[in-house]
Amino acid sequence: MDGFLDALLLDAGYNARLVAIGAGLLGLSAGAAGTFLFLRKRALVSDAVAHSTLPGIALAFIAMVALGGDGRWLPGLLIGSALSAWAGLLAVQAMTRRTRLSEDAAIGAVLSVFFGLGVVLLTVIQTMSAGRQAGLESFLLGSTAGMLYADAVTIAVGGALSVLAIWILRRPMTLVTFDAEYAAARGVNVPRVDLMIMGLVMAITVIGLKIVGLILIVAMLIIPPVTARFWTDRSGRVIWIAALVGGVSAYTGAALSAAAPALPTGPIIVLISAFLFALSLFFAPARGVAAALIARRRFQRRVHRRQGLLALARDEIIHDGLTLRVLQDEGLIRPDGVATEAGRAQAAKVARDEHRWAVAREVHQDSGLTGRYDGLTPIEEVFTPDEIEEFDRRIGGPVGVA
Amino acid sequence: MRKSTGQATLALAAEAGRTKLPDPVPGDCPMAIRGLTVSYGEKPAVFSVDARFAPGAMTAIIGPNGAGKSTLLKAALGVIPRVSGEVRVFGQPVEQARDRIAYVPQRASVDWDFPATVMDVVLMGLYRQVGLLRRLTGAHRAAARACLDRVGMADFAARQIGQLSGGQQQRVFLARALAQEADLYLLDEPFAGVDAATERAIIDVIKTLREEGKSVIAVHHDLTTVRRYFDHVFLINVRKVAEGPVDEAFTEAALNAAYGGSLAAPYLSQLELAG
Repeated sequence: MDGFLDALLLDAGYNARLVAIGAGLLGLSAGAAGTFLFLRKRALVSDAVAHSTLPGIALAFIAMVALGGDGRWLPGLLIGSALSAWAGLLAVQAMTRRTRLSEDAAIGAVLSVFFGLGVVLLTVIQTMSAGRQAGLESFLLGSTAGMLYADAVTIAVGGALSVLAIWILRRPMTLVTFDAEYAAARGVNVPRVDLMIMGLVMAITVIGLKIVGLILIVAMLIIPPVTARFWTDRSGRVIWIAALVGGVSAYTGAALSAAAPALPTGPIIVLISAFLFALSLFFAPARGVAAALIARRRFQRRVHRRQGLLALARDEIIHDGLTLRVLQDEGLIRPDGVATEAGRAQAAKVARDEHRWAVAREVHQDSGLTGRYDGLTPIEEVFTPDEIEEFDRRIGGPVGVA
Repeated sequence: MRKSTGQATLALAAEAGRTKLPDPVPGDCPMAIRGLTVSYGEKPAVFSVDARFAPGAMTAIIGPNGAGKSTLLKAALGVIPRVSGEVRVFGQPVEQARDRIAYVPQRASVDWDFPATVMDVVLMGLYRQVGLLRRLTGAHRAAARACLDRVGMADFAARQIGQLSGGQQQRVFLARALAQEADLYLLDEPFAGVDAATERAIIDVIKTLREEGKSVIAVHHDLTTVRRYFDHVFLINVRKVAEGPVDEAFTEAALNAAYGGSLAAPYLSQLELAG
């Protein structure tokens, strides 16, 4: 626990500090870039892109060893992974555009074929003399153990550049994700913007390989924006909250795994962001599960209150348990079911409003207004006092019931 | 040119190969189309259509379902690719006239659960002016609010767009187009599925635009309101059927040619058709 706190507070040594900061930046940019992927409803393409990196990593290793170099040189491996990720992305797009295959089918095919090829190549590398200690498997699930200073700098710089690119491109990307037709009519090159979104995703995938691993990077792109969506209705804020969620989870996860090196970094980061997601899912205002339950309950009570009052007005016997409870809670009926003074007054008002609505439907010209009758909307919200007075005049009888 | 502007024609034959605009299109013509063909797969949705829309007019593009009304607009704007044909907007290629065109897509073409407020959507109309890097200022917001006011939606500026009714969403789209301060307004089914109040609000805005000298072209499906709302019509059913002022081109013959005689006589009699 002390080790974790030290790492969290950047006190666990130079390397751990580097890894945590690098991971935090990566998480930040992944969350922000993932927002556009999520809003464009193309989340799963990133999974195909991520899995497509594996053959590139393996081929780059083989090539570098064949040329007499160190096969583990990170920039070389990243370039290889980027090239094959690009090939994977183009394969998905070509299959979607040129054939009748839908995008999900193309994603499934590309993802599994590229990943399978990569695994075969990894086995080949195992048989090479330089391949034994290559440790390329760490790209599958990510590992920060034995990370070099240069590696961390590569990741930090890449993450920072992605954030900058997202900031510069946020307007065209927002326009295209919301309304591609309008964007095209305004002269925005929609395919190019889509490609830029995918390019960002690819860049983040590649620089995140070392920390999170290719299998789980999709979670870092998608979980933060989905989490952020619970808290706001504005796309600009979704980006920043997603970046925050991604950054905090990646930073904390990297610190945890620095404190306990047996823990794989990628899965820990994913679990932490999943925890933040679960919190948001249940407790976010308006869009959260708890808020929806409360709103539903409140609505249900409004319906029962109204129905109960109408029943009182018609002197009907109320059998429904919830209706009785609601009316009793508000002091509209006594425990024995008889209406109180307040209850009778309210019932009379409700009955009168129903009557007013009926008259409104007969005499009022604007069906847009009379169409707003749903049994619950107060008539005062729809019609002016003058109009309601007119309805009352047509009904006749006692006036001035407010 | 076979016809002089303003004269109704029944140009049913689409002469092959005539896909270039021969004579220079005058700069005041909001949109001229020559030999436009658009195809989904190998089935043309719009075939060899010529059009020359009148300046300062309100033109309704009418025709049966699947006649290519929306396709014509989208292809003219380059939103969907065209197989052949040429388009001039105020005498220029579309690419050079982008800033003078405001497009209002069909409401159903976007996901309204998108995280944006009404104000955010209207501000999108200003993105091109603002550019990539500059900040949105109070002046931009004031301009957007003024546009919302014109469509009667100023009170909803902070509302999430998913909470609006269909008619309110349509008005927000119109406000976004107004924010562009364009000269040509292209509306795709602006009255589809909206309430009476919205229909009135939209038609008032469009009429104001015409008074300001702007041109409006709208895909329209309700024949009973053509005469009240528009002064020009363009009838299409894959090919052009007729175009011109309502008084000349909105005829029973043209409607029968476009709709294939499927319109009942009592219905036709309500439309106040031209001679």
